[in-house]
Amino acid sequence: MNVIEVQEGGLFTTVQDLGRYGYQRYGVPVAGAVDPFALRVANVLVGNEEGAAGLEITLAGPKLRLLADAVIAITGGDLDPRLDDAPAAMWQAVAAPRGAVLSFGKPRDGLRAYLAVAGGIDLPPVLGSRSTYVRSGLGGLNGRPLRAGDRLPVSDQEPVGRKLPVEHVPSYGNSHALRVVLGPQDDAFTPEGIRTFLSAEYTATHQSDRVGYRYQGPQIQHKGGADIISDGVPFGAVQVTGDGMPIVLLGDRGTTGGYTKIAAVISVDLAGVAQASPGDATYFREVTLEEAHQALLEQEQVVQKLKDTPPAPLARLR
Amino acid sequence: MYQRAKFSPAGDRAIAVELGNAISVSINRKVQSLLAAVEGQEIPGVVDLVPSYRSLLVYYDPLLVSFSDLTQRLSDLEQDLDQAAAHTPKLLEIPTVYGGEYGPDLAHVAEHNGLTPEEVVQIHSGAEYLVYMMGFTPGFPYLGGMSERIATPRLQTPRPLIPAGSVGIAEQQTGVYPTESPGGWQLIGRTPVQLFDPQREPPAVVAAGDFIRFVPITETTYDVIRMQVRAGGYNPATRDGR
Repeated sequence: MNVIEVQEGGLFTTVQDLGRYGYQRYGVPVAGAVDPFALRVANVLVGNEEGAAGLEITLAGPKLRLLADAVIAITGGDLDPRLDDAPAAMWQAVAAPRGAVLSFGKPRDGLRAYLAVAGGIDLPPVLGSRSTYVRSGLGGLNGRPLRAGDRLPVSDQEPVGRKLPVEHVPSYGNSHALRVVLGPQDDAFTPEGIRTFLSAEYTATHQSDRVGYRYQGPQIQHKGGADIISDGVPFGAVQVTGDGMPIVLLGDRGTTGGYTKIAAVISVDLAGVAQASPGDATYFREVTLEEAHQALLEQEQVVQKLKDTPPAPLARLR
Repeated sequence: MYQRAKFSPAGDRAIAVELGNAISVSINRKVQSLLAAVEGQEIPGVVDLVPSYRSLLVYYDPLLVSFSDLTQRLSDLEQDLDQAAAHTPKLLEIPTVYGGEYGPDLAHVAEHNGLTPEEVVQIHSGAEYLVYMMGFTPGFPYLGGMSERIATPRLQTPRPLIPAGSVGIAEQQTGVYPTESPGGWQLIGRTPVQLFDPQREPPAVVAAGDFIRFVPITETTYDVIRMQVRAGGYNPATRDGR
């Protein structure tokens, strides 16, 4: 078994897979990568199952030393990844030699990078998932973010890998148009409130984390109150609290909530939430459910095509 | 309760099935029945099910099942619910030490309601509480059925850390903290039962639709049960509920 040694943990680096489904009825949050597309692609690039566990790296990345030859892929936000101080290519598999040190500089685009290692991070699953849910100390490495001195086990793999065609590599920028499907409680808002929500500019605030993003902007008017009898809350739900401000809920959201949900961000646009930095501009645009599913199908075809590409041998960096 | 359930998209991967718009035992029982019916069908593409007071959130994979097909199947199931057969609730006995260091706010709850601490214990342990849903934190049951005679406002300043198993009162509700957490509930007792354990399957001792009864125990019994819990050999007494 090979090992990654954590020399610095970074701001908030956690082990994540695609989430812990099946236990929400017991109040266990899904957790998982908040930009699932980026993690899935990273896994496919190195030949893993797309739901293998990788690292979610936030803003200021960790410093990791590879204690064995490894094949890695870095996707998601461009946090200036470096292998032994040379820029490391993103969105493609890279053969990194034993002893190499992976580090990160300043964020250049997006907020969260994903690191997949061929073989996957081999920690014991908790309730069927390796995702870290820090609030309850569940999953990942002892339920917490990585810190110096940690060691992560990975399995042996051949040095082969893939590259995502450049036309599919996302760029995140600082202005995000998020498509939404209205409901389930859009009828709790005045027509004016809905219009405001779908036309105004909102700004991501510092009160944003893996639970959700809180935005600031024109007030979204309710017909009556902002409270409902608590019900289930999906990934991407746009909850509007009593102050009329939208909150988009992500992986670490509570399984249920008691605020009106005006809409939910469609799956393929979740990266526009998870990769946003405080201060970024955000617009919400209505689409139909059919349009949302069509967009999802197109994204799936990208992942499927990548999976169907035979992995090519990789040259070791040195 | 609605005549017919309302189905609405909750994003592009979930359907909210709303069965009513009130907190009521009958609506909640229908939620549990629908949950059991959907599970029994093992519908391909259904990823997760989240029952709550009056609705069921059905997570699905739209690449495996379409919204319209799934809505149709759920609607058929909803029309054909055999409520009695679909869900037999359990009644769990939760042994609880009341007062003292285990329930530091028992005296306050008594005083607030013009009762003696013994009367508070009698009222609190004399009722059966329905687990309407779980949420807030892993293993936390939302309970209904507490007597208004012991209702008490939350603490003005929440405690930074409440021990796991603490039994408390907040306004008209009672609840039990499955894990250590901050909180503002009035603490009247504590159970040695581990309500949530991620290494167990299922991880929570109670499920939505079950009933709970708090059974007063002594500190000595608490210690004995605590040891049994640590050794992995304690299961709360269970009976078929109403």
